[in-house]
Amino acid sequence: MLSLVDLGVSFDGTRALAGASLDLQTGETLALLGPSGCGKTTLLRVVAGLQPPASGRVMLDGDDLAATPPHLRRIGLMFQENVLFPHKNVAGNVAFGLRMAGTSRGETAERVRELLELVGLPNAAGRTVQTLSGGEQQRVALARALAPAPRVLLLDEPLGSLDGPLRERLLDDLRTLFDRLGLTVLYVTHDVGEAFAIGHRVAVMKAGRVVQAGTPDELWTGPADSWVARFLGIRNVFTENDRCVVIRPEAVRVVAGSAARVVAAERRGAVVWLRLHTEDGRELESATTATDHPVPGATVGIEIDPAGVVEVPLED
Amino acid sequence: MDKHGPAVSRLVLLKHKASRRTDWAVVIATAVPAAFLGLFFFYPLGSILERGLTQDGGLDFPSDVFFSHETAQIVWFTVWQAVVSTVLTLLAGMPLAWATARVRFRGRGLTRALVVVPFVLPTVVVATAFLTLLPTGLQRGVVPILLAHVFFNIAIVVRVVGGYWSRLDPRLWDAAATLGASPARRFRELTLPALRPALSAAAALTFLFCFTSFGVVVILGGPTRLTLEAAIYDEAARAFDLRAAAALALIQLAAVAAIVTVSSRLEARAGLVAPLTSEQAAAHSPSHRERVALVASLFGGALLLGAPLAALAWRSIETPDGIGLTFYRALGRETPALLVPPWHAILNSLGYAAAATLIALTIGGLAASVIARRSAGWLDTAVMLPLGASAVMLGYGFVIGFDTAPLDFRGSFWIVPVVQSLVAAPFVVRLLAPALRAVDPRLREAAAVLGAPPARVRREIDLPLALRPLGVAAGLAFAIALGEFGATVFLARSDHPTLPVAIFRFLGRPGAENQGVAAALCVMLMAVTTAAVLATERLAARHGAL
Repeated sequence: MLSLVDLGVSFDGTRALAGASLDLQTGETLALLGPSGCGKTTLLRVVAGLQPPASGRVMLDGDDLAATPPHLRRIGLMFQENVLFPHKNVAGNVAFGLRMAGTSRGETAERVRELLELVGLPNAAGRTVQTLSGGEQQRVALARALAPAPRVLLLDEPLGSLDGPLRERLLDDLRTLFDRLGLTVLYVTHDVGEAFAIGHRVAVMKAGRVVQAGTPDELWTGPADSWVARFLGIRNVFTENDRCVVIRPEAVRVVAGSAARVVAAERRGAVVWLRLHTEDGRELESATTATDHPVPGATVGIEIDPAGVVEVPLED
Repeated sequence: MDKHGPAVSRLVLLKHKASRRTDWAVVIATAVPAAFLGLFFFYPLGSILERGLTQDGGLDFPSDVFFSHETAQIVWFTVWQAVVSTVLTLLAGMPLAWATARVRFRGRGLTRALVVVPFVLPTVVVATAFLTLLPTGLQRGVVPILLAHVFFNIAIVVRVVGGYWSRLDPRLWDAAATLGASPARRFRELTLPALRPALSAAAALTFLFCFTSFGVVVILGGPTRLTLEAAIYDEAARAFDLRAAAALALIQLAAVAAIVTVSSRLEARAGLVAPLTSEQAAAHSPSHRERVALVASLFGGALLLGAPLAALAWRSIETPDGIGLTFYRALGRETPALLVPPWHAILNSLGYAAAATLIALTIGGLAASVIARRSAGWLDTAVMLPLGASAVMLGYGFVIGFDTAPLDFRGSFWIVPVVQSLVAAPFVVRLLAPALRAVDPRLREAAAVLGAPPARVRREIDLPLALRPLGVAAGLAFAIALGEFGATVFLARSDHPTLPVAIFRFLGRPGAENQGVAAALCVMLMAVTTAAVLATERLAARHGAL
C-alpha cells in the first residue's frame, strides 16, 4: 500500500537519500535497519511529509503524496524520545490528533480511555507528562500517534532512549499490539536484534539506499553482500581475490581434534559464542547451545555444515 | 527519461507551490513589523533629516548651529556627564554585583529583583525623588544628575556583570590563591580581566542611556545644564526653532551611531576567556570578612536606592498642616497646571500603556517569531534601533512627520501608544525570540503529523509554550510605556496628559502645593510600575528567564 520510489534528498551537498525504494504491504510491520547516518530518519521524514524529497515519489494507496502537506497525510509518526507536548497532560496529548480531526468531545474522551488502556496506562489520563518515566512517555507517545487512526504508523527508534528489560518488554508489547490492530508499520532501528524481533520483513539501508529487503530468515541465510552479512553480525566473512564467502556461526561445529584453538567463550542467553583461531591463522566464530562447550585455551577440531556456507558479492 | 521527466517537473512545481503556501505567514510576520518600523521610525527620522538639512527646497547645511559656541558647550556637557555617570555607576554597582553573584545569602533573589525596580521607574519619578531628597542648594545641577543616573543604571551593572560573574568558575580563584596571589592581586589579575566582556557591555549600555538622558536632565539640570537630548526639546518645544532642533538631532544621531559602533567593536575584542560553570557551583557561603562586605554592600545599595524613594513618599504626605492626604485629595480637583483634574492622568496613562503593550507585543511578537525561526539579522537590528535612537528625537520626528495630510495623526489617540511601543518593542523581542527558539521543532512536527495545519501549530504549540515569556514581556512593556516621557511629552495632548507629563507640569510650577501633588502623582506611578515589574519578576523566576 505504501511505495517509496527512488527517493533522493541532499543536505548541503551530502546525499542523505540516494535513490531509496521500498514497498510496504497492508498489515505488515517492516523494520528499516541500518547504521546511524544511513538516511533512515530522513526517509521517515520524507514519508511523513516533513522533508520534501529532491527526487522520487511517495505513493500511498496509489496516490502520489507530493502535494499533500503532513497534516493531511494521515500518517502517524512516533519519535525516539520525549516529544510529548509539555503543556498538555497525558489525555491532552492523546486527544490532540482527535481534536485536529474534529472528533466530538464524548467520542474523543472514549477513544483516549481506550487507547490508554491499550498501551497499558489506564490510570494516567490526568498526569502531567513530566511525571512519566521514559517507558511511560513512549507508551503515551504511541497512544497519541495511534489516536487519529493513521493509515501507516512510522516509528523512529522508539526504544532508543530506554534500557535493558524495559526495552524488551515494550518491544514485546509493540509487536503484540501491531498484530492485534493489523497496523501497517514502518519501524526504524539500528539494532539488528530489535529489527529481527519486530519486523515481518526487514529492509537494510546503507548510504541512502535500501540494499536488501526480506524476512529475517531470508536475510540471515542469504545476505545480499559482504557488508550486509557483517552488519547483521556475522563475523565469518572471508574474502579472497574478488570472491566472498560467508559462513554462518551456527554452521561451525566444534568437535574433537586439533585444527583450532579456542580464544574466547562468551555466553549470551541460550547461545554460547566461541571465538576460534585456526591453524592457518583465520578467526572463526561458532555459535552453540551446548552447555559442555570447550573453554578458552582448549584445542578443538572444526566441522562446517555446507548448508551454512554462502558465496555473496563483495560490497561495492 | 520519459517516465521521470514529467513526474520530476510536476514535483518541482508542487514543491514550489507548497513552499509558497507556507511562506505567506512568514511574509506577513516580516512585513508587518517592517512596515511599522518604516512608517513610525525611519520616516520620522527622515523627516528630521529633511528639516535639518534643507530650506526652501534647497540643501542648506545648518553650519551656524553646528559650529556655535552653545552647541559645543552642550556636546561637551553631554559627553562628560555621561562618562562620569558611567564610572560612578560601575563603582557603585560592583559591590552589589559581587554580592548577588558570589555570595549565598537569604534574600539574594529578592535583592536581584528589587535592583531592577529603579531601572524601569519613570525618569520623572526619579528626578522628583532626588529633588525632594537633596537640600535646597544642591537640588539642581550636576550632582543630582549624576546621582540619578547612578540610581537608574545600577541595575544594568548588577544584572549584566553580576549575571556573568555568577557563572565564572571559582576554582580559578582557588588555584590563584594556592599559587600565592593575595585577594587584591586576584581581583586585579583575574576578576577584572575575566569580567571585561560583561563590564564593557554594561558600561556601553549605561553610557548610551546617560548620553541620551532627558527627563532627569530637564528636571534636575536647570537652564544651563543641557544634554543634547534636552537641548533638542528646548529648541523644538520652547523656542520653536525647528531648524536648530533638527540640527542638534543630527548631531545626536551621529553620536549615538558612533557609540553603538565603538561599543560593539569593544565587546567583540574578547577579554580573558574564563571557564564558565553553573550558577549553583559559583556561589559560596560568606566567610567572616565577606559577611562584613556583604552587609556593607547591601546597606549601601539600600541607602542609595531606597532613600530617594522614601523621601518622595514622605514628601507626598508631608503637608503644611502636618501629615495627611491633602495632596492625594488634590488629585481630584481642577488645577491651573493642567486642563483636566490630575486623576485623569492616571486613567490616560493606564489606557495608553495598555494600548502600547498590545502594539509592542504584536510587533515584537511577530518580529521575534521570524527572528527565532530563521536568521533575519536585518529585522533584528531594525527592531533594536529605536532603543538607541533617543525618545525625544522620536517624539520630535512624529511632530514634524505626521502633521500634514495624508499622514496627519497628531490628534489621534494612537500616536502616543505607537511611539511608546517603539521604545518597548526591543525588550519584547529580546525576551520572546530566545523563548521561541527554545521550542523543540519536533513538537511542531509531531503536531503537524497529528493533523494540525501550520496556523493551528502556532496556536496550539508555539503560543502556549511562549505564554510565560509573553507575560513577562507584557509586564515589562507596560512598565516602560507607563514611564515613557521623552517622546510622550511632545505628543500627549494638553487635555490628555499622561502621569509623567502631569508630574512634569506640576514640577514646573512654583509652590509647595504643586511639588506635593507632583510627589503624590509620582507615588501613584511608582506603585503601578513596581507592581507590574514585581509581577514580571515572579513570572520570570518561575520561568527561569530574564
